[in-house]
Amino acid sequence: MVKFSEDKLKEVQSMIDRYPEGKQKSALIPLLHLAQEEFGGWLSAETMDYVGSLLGIEPIEVYEVATFYSMYNLKPVGKHVFEVCHTGPCMLKGSDDIIGYIKSTLGIKVGETTADGMFTLKTVECLGACGYAPMMQMGIDYREHLTEARVDEIIAACRNKQQKTSKA
Amino acid sequence: MAKKLLLEKDHVEGIRHFDVYRREGGYAAVEKALKMEPAAIVEEVKKSGLRGRGGAGFPSGLKWSFLAKPEGVPRYLVCNADESEPGTFKDRYLMEFLPHLLIEGLIVSSFALGSNRTYIYIRGEYAWIVGILEQAIAEAKQNGFLGKNILGTGFDCEIYVQRGAGAYICGEETALIESLEGKRGNPRIKPPFPAIKGLWDCPTVVNNVETLAAVVPIINMGGEEYAKIGVGRSTGTKLISACGNINKPGVYEIDMTISVEEFIYSDEYCGGIANGKKLKACIPGGSSVPILPANLLLTTAKGEPRLMNYESLSDGGFATGSMMGSGGFIVLDEDQCIVRHTLTLARFYRHESCGQCSPCREGTGWVEKILTKIENGKGAISDIDLLWDIQRKIEGNTICPLGDAAAWPVAAAIRHFRDEFEWHVNNPELCLTQNHGLAHYADPIHVPA
Amino acid sequence: MSEAVKTIKVTIDNITVDVPVGTTILQAARMIGGDVVPPAMCYYSKLQDSGGKCRTCLVEVSKGSEADPRPMPKLVASCRTGVMDGMEVKNMTSPKVEDARNGVVEFLLLNHPLDCPVCDQAGECHLQDLGYGHGKQGTRYEFKRRTFEKHDLGPYIQLHMTRCILCYRCVFVADQLTDKRSHGILSRGDHAEIATYIENSLDNNFIGNVIDVCPVGALTDKTFRFKNRVWFTKPVNAHRDCKCCSGKVTLWQRGEEVLRVTARKDQWGEVEEWICNECRFEKKKTTDWTIEGPTHVSRHSVISQGHYENVQMPNETFKAVHGGRNPQLLMDIHSVSEVNDPSIDLSLINGPATSDVYNPSTKQA
Repeated sequence: MVKFSEDKLKEVQSMIDRYPEGKQKSALIPLLHLAQEEFGGWLSAETMDYVGSLLGIEPIEVYEVATFYSMYNLKPVGKHVFEVCHTGPCMLKGSDDIIGYIKSTLGIKVGETTADGMFTLKTVECLGACGYAPMMQMGIDYREHLTEARVDEIIAACRNKQQKTSKA
Repeated sequence: MAKKLLLEKDHVEGIRHFDVYRREGGYAAVEKALKMEPAAIVEEVKKSGLRGRGGAGFPSGLKWSFLAKPEGVPRYLVCNADESEPGTFKDRYLMEFLPHLLIEGLIVSSFALGSNRTYIYIRGEYAWIVGILEQAIAEAKQNGFLGKNILGTGFDCEIYVQRGAGAYICGEETALIESLEGKRGNPRIKPPFPAIKGLWDCPTVVNNVETLAAVVPIINMGGEEYAKIGVGRSTGTKLISACGNINKPGVYEIDMTISVEEFIYSDEYCGGIANGKKLKACIPGGSSVPILPANLLLTTAKGEPRLMNYESLSDGGFATGSMMGSGGFIVLDEDQCIVRHTLTLARFYRHESCGQCSPCREGTGWVEKILTKIENGKGAISDIDLLWDIQRKIEGNTICPLGDAAAWPVAAAIRHFRDEFEWHVNNPELCLTQNHGLAHYADPIHVPA
Repeated sequence: MSEAVKTIKVTIDNITVDVPVGTTILQAARMIGGDVVPPAMCYYSKLQDSGGKCRTCLVEVSKGSEADPRPMPKLVASCRTGVMDGMEVKNMTSPKVEDARNGVVEFLLLNHPLDCPVCDQAGECHLQDLGYGHGKQGTRYEFKRRTFEKHDLGPYIQLHMTRCILCYRCVFVADQLTDKRSHGILSRGDHAEIATYIENSLDNNFIGNVIDVCPVGALTDKTFRFKNRVWFTKPVNAHRDCKCCSGKVTLWQRGEEVLRVTARKDQWGEVEEWICNECRFEKKKTTDWTIEGPTHVSRHSVISQGHYENVQMPNETFKAVHGGRNPQLLMDIHSVSEVNDPSIDLSLINGPATSDVYNPSTKQA
């Protein structure tokens, strides 16, 4: 069952406290971020209903918001999500080649997840790193000045981390 | 070297932290402002001639003076940190390296406007900056610059950081307010404007990060002194985020008297076109503003050198000019394809349209499809005229400026590079393997050595 | 001094009218009536916050007000723009408006399936009317039209998302008429859709009103689905004693059969009084209702071609029209055949299949 821990519930309360009384719906977007982090990197209908119940709003109000913003995953995603920017400024610096390279290296298309559930590749629109293009977002971090070698490094680092955690 | 007002201290070790920022003279503006009358602060900002740095360039002091002040109703200041315009990353730089400058500007502005609860709405992708800002807020609070009874003046103020979740449209102030209320980022129909009915239906001012940071030097030096920097109605300094095919992409603070040519070719700024290529075109103010070919970028239609300021960049209107916009300076070299570049922007606007009003919802998708067709060598000459007609029917007919933002890049690309579109149509196979190169009229008139 | 409501003057297409302060341009135009009324696809006077989205009602404000006579720089949505004293508005007299409106109609029809031949809304569809008034015959769109996954909204309401123009009226109905909204707008941009996210039937007692407010065939009555074409049905006003609503409805009949029940609508196609689901979906017998008389339908509507109301027989006889002469038949068929000779009782003619078989009275004779 979807439920925040006691600690997280305190965090939820502090989020709600940022707004005047009766305006707790304002906490919806931060709360959905928190829920996505906590419950497997995506928002299931159950998760969204839970978030709605915390704020005392109708489930449809949560669905409307969750489907509007591009950062919420409404389907399960891989452990590492590569969100590569392909808008104008990044395109000028060769983002399409980087996307092509990631596709062939991981053997997946844009929007797909590798069979081992490790990597998901997405293309996204401008992330505000145009001077450091080409770039991608991984979790909350930006990876900038991408080259093929750097992509290899990133993929290897993800795999290493995975091995270490699975050994431990 | 031009005078820096915002980024002067950006490379001081530890400037992110309160102690260092304070030692370097930080929070003097708060101390000064809290002894002034709020109306006097608004007056200083008016005198400074500061114009909104988010893109529209509306005089900030004037915007502040529109704020309604009904009895017993709270007023809100909201900082627009939803920086999402392609080519723009100046606010990110400012918040990442000088968080206290923004916080200081916010405290002064909150006091001027009477906001006891101030929100920073930051784009969701800048997640790591949320931590930086929250730390700065906590430090300011520890040192008595935020919270209850600031500096013993009786003024209470809290600043909260709210993360968005991926929507360009939330940079539009009423969409931002909707999003802050926990709703979809649908822009509101105006009037009423936020100054009358904004966040939770209360009077609200929404200002860009750079605008609010600029309040700090304005208070420190006085509005009149600030207005002496720059030229004409382009007062003060402006952050320009330069990207694309240049040697030194990055964020630069300029005073608005330098020429575009100097900005591109001087080593102090962009350092020239990368890899020894030639300049083909440039979008000087973020992806929404019209693209200009090299010759019109460097000189105006009257033959005068074009300067990096509001008036000069828009000289000639859309026929031969562009706009200062958000200061997102995107440079294209001779190897770049205008059609493809325009297509990526069209895709961006289709992706970011909220879908509320019909011209934008339907038009942006249609434009993208036709551009895809032309880019892939499947277009017809009539498609170019069709594109022109579609953008014309989107522009000005939508609820919010996203419609215009989506229409202008397409219009400007056709206006100045129609021969390249026609080349795509007439060379359907060649255009898949090679680019058109420089437009014949895009040869730079003069390239400094 | 009199306590009269303060009024201001507005001129729309050169017609000046006095309106109360706070009136919108569209409302003022409706007070004048006729061709100066801009079409409205999303605005609904009875739903708060509606309007502003479809952009069909854009008008040109050529003079802002008496105090500030500058024209407005852009066309404005007349449904959401308040009138100022001395304002001058151009609707049908503005080429800019005509051009923009043509564009809006094209955008609205861009991804519309144009499945009117199988759409239950056909005949009373505002998009049809709009397309007829402002559209072009052909489309310049050559790509695949948008489709959506199908969603079931339960036993009463049929959703066809491909037809939707995202007017948001149904969302406002659920917000303002029912205590719980379970459908809404999901996704954004050109993928935005009306849905419930998880399959969920809409079952609030007043939710049926979404059908009446829908300007197109996106939300239709499942109990009427494919039963008939609206222009073959006969609308009559009727009422019943209902516990939860006014019970004042329009019945759409074919013969004695009640095929559909809707709320009564005014000349702008807006519901006069909301009705409940019981009246709308459960009361399909003539005996459930007290019939008042035919519903007035605009002569311009295809529905009025059923001539169920105000049928006027010509007063003049042929003789009067022909200046006193009776028309002469070119050929008197009776002189060559007794078929149809008025003096002959057809049932008496010998031959197969005469009415003898069916008419006992003749048989006896």
